[in-house]
Amino acid sequence: MPRYAALIYGEEPTSPPTDAEVGQVIADYTEWGEKGEAAKVILGGEALHDTSTATTVHVEGGKGGEIMTTDGPFAETKEALGGFYLLEAADLDDAIKWASQIPGAWYGHIEVRPIMEFDEEM
Amino acid sequence: MNLAETLRIEGGRILATLIRYTGDFHLAEDALQEATVVALERWSDDDLPPNPGAWLMTTARNKALDRLRREAKRSAKEEEAMRLLDEAPPPPDDRDDRLRLLFTCCHPAIAPVSQIALALRTICGLSTDEIARVFLVKTPTMAQRISRTKAKIADAHIAYRVPADHELPERLVPVLVTVYAVFTAGHHAPTGRFDARVDLADEGIRLARLLTELMPDEPECWGLLALTLATNARRGGRLDESGDMVLLADQDRSRWDHAAITEADEIIDRQQSRRLAGPFQIQAAIAVLHGMAPSYAETNWQEISELYRTLEAMQPTVVVRVNRAIAEAELYGPEAALILLDDVDSDWHYLWVARSDLQHRLGQTEGASRSLHRALAAEMNDSDRALLEQRLAELDARG
Repeated sequence: MPRYAALIYGEEPTSPPTDAEVGQVIADYTEWGEKGEAAKVILGGEALHDTSTATTVHVEGGKGGEIMTTDGPFAETKEALGGFYLLEAADLDDAIKWASQIPGAWYGHIEVRPIMEFDEEM
Repeated sequence: MNLAETLRIEGGRILATLIRYTGDFHLAEDALQEATVVALERWSDDDLPPNPGAWLMTTARNKALDRLRREAKRSAKEEEAMRLLDEAPPPPDDRDDRLRLLFTCCHPAIAPVSQIALALRTICGLSTDEIARVFLVKTPTMAQRISRTKAKIADAHIAYRVPADHELPERLVPVLVTVYAVFTAGHHAPTGRFDARVDLADEGIRLARLLTELMPDEPECWGLLALTLATNARRGGRLDESGDMVLLADQDRSRWDHAAITEADEIIDRQQSRRLAGPFQIQAAIAVLHGMAPSYAETNWQEISELYRTLEAMQPTVVVRVNRAIAEAELYGPEAALILLDDVDSDWHYLWVARSDLQHRLGQTEGASRSLHRALAAEMNDSDRALLEQRLAELDARG
């Protein structure tokens, strides 16, 4: 069966959401998650922290070149999303080091965004 | 030492140690704030703990532990709380704590403005309002920037450490720029009296010295140290008998710290053979030339102008252009200097102060008055404002 990446886009809240709003979103996603997993449609997925936690990595001059990091998400419209990896790394420096070895960082940019970790009981 | 003084002088150090201890910016700040509230309730001017800094440190540490214990009950933070409970109280590790905090604030994944803003907030304890003045932005904008930066450090797991030796060169520039910003906020405070935060100038020099110990082979670290030493050496000449600010041209040079100027001069000499000079070494050389001049008129304006031209090629900023124009007015006259400022537009008040001064020297009283009005529209500290208002009153009386 063919596989697909479903990328979620949405406006980021400018003020913190209320508990009721958070509760509604969690309930909606839980419902969708249970349905998708029961049908074996969902193979994996994660929530990301806001774009303000993002770091964009580019290697100037191609493989082995200078690693350039910028605060914030990737903002250029000429380059399009072409793929993704899920990385586990010791800290942001480690994640940037690995991201800079993805060939896409030599021709384009890699946006490194932390995954949201939820408390176990949630 | 009362609570306010303790916080001003030791707050940054206590916070740096707390962040290392807890591994969490937010938690460390909250804990120090809670400890401060307790101190406000318990301390009075004639009843202070024997070592106020240590008292705050211990109280804040206990507040952080309480918080972690409470959170441990309802989340997976138990391990973290247990680890801290087992550990002895943080040993005084002043040098490394300050460097760690500095390098974390200056991480390349943080935007340059946010790096300096966070350092001024955490290392220097400047208020958000004061930092907003430094960057000429509104206070809520700056508050949001700082809170987002702290959130990024936590959420993206930016490590709280001094980088390894081989990583230091690429991490150097933002650290130098930030330490200079700390020094400048102290040498010329953004709010209140111009000398309200001279303790930050001392802190800037201490940090610059720590950097030369960490990276003795980096000429720009030495350049920064020499620049801060030579600039700070003029501190004693900046006050008149009534405590008002005196401009460079009118200062009593016998009140300058000539030993510090000599130290800066020797640093520059030693570094000169090593490598092409960077911006901090050039600015240090300029500050030393001012420091060595027997009087304003006998300043080596020729060399200062050449140094500013070299600097401008590296950093074509309004600040460098205005300083170059001031030096070249002494060499080529006010008319030539004014032309240098014609194509510059900025809200930075010293641009308009410099224009006003040059116009005044050319007899253009009306233009000089207009420029001063424009300067006074900007944000500045009380000393600058008082000086400019007095100057405007003199101009208007004449015109």
